[in-house]
Amino acid sequence: MAQLDVAKIRADFPIFDRTVRNDRRLVYLDSGATSQKPRQVLDAERNFYERHNAAVHRGAHQLAEEATDLFEAARATIAQFIGAQPDDIVFTKNATEALNLVSYSFLNATIKSARGKALPEGASRFVLAEGDEIVVTEMEHHANLVPWQELCDKTGAVLKWIGLTDDGRLDLNSIEFTARTKVVALTHQSNLLGTINDIPAVSAMARAVGALIVLDACQSIPHMPVDVTELDVDFIAWSGHKMLGPLGIGCLWGRAELLASMPPFITGGSMIETVHMESSTFAAPPKRFEAGVPMAAQAVGLAAAIDYLNDLGMDNVAAHEHRLTQLALDELAKLPGVRVIGPLVATDRGSAVSFVVDGLHPHDVGQILDEHGVAVRVGHHCAWPVCRRYSVPATTRATFYVYNDESDVQALVDGIKAAQKFFGVGE
Amino acid sequence: MNLENMYQEIILDHYKHPHGKGLKDDFAAEVHHVNPTCGDEITLRITPNADGTLTVSYDNQGCSISQASASILFDQINNVSLEQGTEAVDHLIAMLQRTEEPNEDILGDGIALIGVAQYPARVKCALLSWMAWKDAAIQATGKGE
Ligand SMILES: Cc1ncc(COP(=O)(O)O)c(C=O)c1O
Repeated sequence: MAQLDVAKIRADFPIFDRTVRNDRRLVYLDSGATSQKPRQVLDAERNFYERHNAAVHRGAHQLAEEATDLFEAARATIAQFIGAQPDDIVFTKNATEALNLVSYSFLNATIKSARGKALPEGASRFVLAEGDEIVVTEMEHHANLVPWQELCDKTGAVLKWIGLTDDGRLDLNSIEFTARTKVVALTHQSNLLGTINDIPAVSAMARAVGALIVLDACQSIPHMPVDVTELDVDFIAWSGHKMLGPLGIGCLWGRAELLASMPPFITGGSMIETVHMESSTFAAPPKRFEAGVPMAAQAVGLAAAIDYLNDLGMDNVAAHEHRLTQLALDELAKLPGVRVIGPLVATDRGSAVSFVVDGLHPHDVGQILDEHGVAVRVGHHCAWPVCRRYSVPATTRATFYVYNDESDVQALVDGIKAAQKFFGVGE
Repeated sequence: MNLENMYQEIILDHYKHPHGKGLKDDFAAEVHHVNPTCGDEITLRITPNADGTLTVSYDNQGCSISQASASILFDQINNVSLEQGTEAVDHLIAMLQRTEEPNEDILGDGIALIGVAQYPARVKCALLSWMAWKDAAIQATGKGE
């Protein structure tokens, strides 16, 4: 395995050319929220606009042809990255929309079925009845929780969840799946705790009762090799902007036969087969789920991000982050009054490191860190129930990525010490 | 360091030794306000008195700015009229938006919150308790729009 050359990587990211707050070096530890973008991605997007800009899948001219080719080539690059077929990748605005696409498929199939309307073949898997169960976990990002709560509210299905152990892992004994369990939706890696979940164990439980499995891979696909042929799941949702790609693009991967049996979510142009005044029929996936002129430049940018990550090697990326995570956990453990929320060991754990500082609110910790040029996130990180579970109002979170190194961990540690000193706590 | 403008001694004092924290049992209106981005929370109660003034009590959790700001609120607008309290809230907002100069007669120690104005993300923290007061005061006096 090759070590990442962080200095060389940083040189690819224009943002590191600037300083923050009183001319400090930028120590960017907020990639869990969104990653920075290398020049290669920015160039790819710019090149699309400068040379090939047109509305894809429309127009009889050369530019439209080129734009369409680039867009579909991007889809193929992205598919290959996770071992999938291009037609099984749907472009969305972000992971949130991708997860809603799935939850709304259930809602729309349920409503249409109740009204005796035509549905694609196989859509009965998406029809919910009162008392059916949807299972999530207590560590979900709101994006993989609220849509399911809403679906339950509208259909009479019941929301259940897998609880958490004190050390930040899923407690698989906290729940039993039943014949009524129709969906199990869970995160691959927690954005707050850093926990990497045992997906094979959960899918085995879900398969035993015939439930569909929806994986939120927002915090895994950017950070480690993920292969759909090895994961026994039905849907995978993630965002491009957390993996060096542009804002405004996310992906949903789905099993081909399931995508084919789903009614559309957002409707309009591009997603149709025929349209009459009374009614319409719909295109095959992925187009059925891509209404309107799509975000072609962002798709091209995301493909460039994937090329960049492939050049680094996802095994190397994972190993690099693992080392930094280990170092951060070791260093934070040495600080009096600092407590990590989440697994204290780097095994089966990603680089999201959340912590609380005795006597200090995360907002104040974040403010002092910011003054030192260290960018972290504070708050509940869109996972409020996790904070409740561990009885903290909020946390400070550092996340590490390809452009971070040991000096960034040290800057974090120094910043926390400075915060303790400033507020007179921690001695 | 700029930060020292925000975290002035006065602010840190209010944070470490908050005034008036703790809920009173009798009240005409109770509100619960949160800052959903960071989880700061306040429960605030208002009891109108015969002379038209409003007694406030509160309990809260959150960052130094939100805690100090609630403590200052208690100093400045406990047992004042709806009109006088509203004037203070409006002035604090204007000061943080830098459209009015800090007026110590209205805000007392609250003028030290001026340092927050340079950190837009923290303005919400400073305003949380004051917006809660306005909400509860209007409910308690039935003087909503
Ligand atoms: C685990 C997880 N799921 C879902 C999301 C939502 O992603 P987006 O806001 O890009 O839709 C995030 C991003 O914060 C996340 O970390």
